Amino acid sequence: MPNHVAVIMDGNRRWAGSRNFPIVFGYEAGFRAFKRLIELACNWGIGTLTVFAFSSENWCRPKAETDLLMGLFERILRFELEHFMRENIRISLIGDATKLPKQLQSLLVDAVEATQNNSRLHLIVAANYSGRSDVVQACRKIAFKVKDGLIDPNDINEYLVERELETSCTDFPHPDLLIRTSGELRMSNFLLWQLAYTELYFTNALWPDFGESEFLEALCSFQQRQRRYGGNL
Amino acid sequence: MRKSLFRILSVGPIPNHIAFILDGNRRYAKKRNLNEGMGYRAGFLSLMTLCKYCCELGVKYVTIYAFSIDNFKRKPHEVDAVMDLMLEKIQGMLKEESIVSQYGVRVYFIGNLELLNEHVRQAAVKAMEATSNNDKIVLLICVAYTSTDEIVHAARESCEAKRARVRSSGAREGNEEELKVVDIERHMYMGVAPDPDILVRTSGETRLSNFLLWQTSNCVLYSPRALWPEIGLRHLVWAVLNYQRVFPLLERRRKQM
Repeated sequence: MPNHVAVIMDGNRRWAGSRNFPIVFGYEAGFRAFKRLIELACNWGIGTLTVFAFSSENWCRPKAETDLLMGLFERILRFELEHFMRENIRISLIGDATKLPKQLQSLLVDAVEATQNNSRLHLIVAANYSGRSDVVQACRKIAFKVKDGLIDPNDINEYLVERELETSCTDFPHPDLLIRTSGELRMSNFLLWQLAYTELYFTNALWPDFGESEFLEALCSFQQRQRRYGGNL
Repeated sequence: MRKSLFRILSVGPIPNHIAFILDGNRRYAKKRNLNEGMGYRAGFLSLMTLCKYCCELGVKYVTIYAFSIDNFKRKPHEVDAVMDLMLEKIQGMLKEESIVSQYGVRVYFIGNLELLNEHVRQAAVKAMEATSNNDKIVLLICVAYTSTDEIVHAARESCEAKRARVRSSGAREGNEEELKVVDIERHMYMGVAPDPDILVRTSGETRLSNFLLWQTSNCVLYSPRALWPEIGLRHLVWAVLNYQRVFPLLERRRKQM
């Protein structure tokens, strides 16, 4: 079983479009699928779940749509925090929260603090996150340490970079399995460094339609993979 | 027939850069009851054929994952066999009748070349020099490479460069600007080429195996079941058609950024 699963929850707008619904219905259906995913992860003993809620590239969407999404995130945090506490779910946030609306920022900070001792499932939410920016900010922190004479450039190694990545909030920053819905075959700048050896699973199902059977298919596919990490079997 | 097919494909956008993970050589050898060395040799023939096709199609850059730093973990005799084959083929590239010369291929060896043995490293350097004036297509051979090693190397070089700039200009270190994306990209081994448009991994495995993690963040992925020595024209055509299908969306995203 994968210990850490990452999910790109793609296809909410297409789902709404195919039914002639307004986009907000797509996002709300997407949220229901997200709740189902959390329950499945808990039931199947997944330790860490990282979800791509909002990419830094999504700011290019129309303002009305991004406002809608931010509003939805706020509603979710307000109404679901109690549920996360009950289910013993820990929430962490990766990404540049400073660009999010102030109210959402403070709700996120509260949620992270309130759930920090929970241990059943570690839910990492990537909001306004970019894999490349994560690597750059890690290298920047290391560059400051070099400038301050704390380390020599020759001391820079993969372990040092990994420690400075935003995913250092977990002991298992490398997803075993990444699921992307809606048939798109791209990483879209999500978790760059951390995906070095991740098994990738792509499904045509749109995110709001992703349920237990789709999740089990992904798990089955994972179990059939032979992970060699470049070495021998 | 291939010319007409490529002419039809050229009606749509042609990818500028295709990257390949050459997976399945050993499985191919096992399947055909050959020794592993023959699997790699068959793989090399496929590589030359693919390069030819890419050149004819108008692709400007081809990158291949020939040998990962992780592959040094394999059995010593296997690593030696691959290194010997690489040396043989690199030396072959320098001959006039080689595909590299005939098709005007400029070759780069990308990776931590210090990890290679002296003979292979020297041959690689010679091949890069000898082909530096070729301009039809660029072949980037990733050897002793992993993406995380490339990023670490770029970080080290950026810090060294900053330190050298500060020392030579006599400026106070506090006035230095913080590290940016361009600093990292400038020092990447792959800085000699634009990002790939398509990444193909053969043998049905769907993972990146620490290959071009930085450069493929918005690249179209394609993982045919065929083992690398079995890869053919139809796989290349299918990869390009898939790319052409999503191209309008990718272009819109690029323009928005």
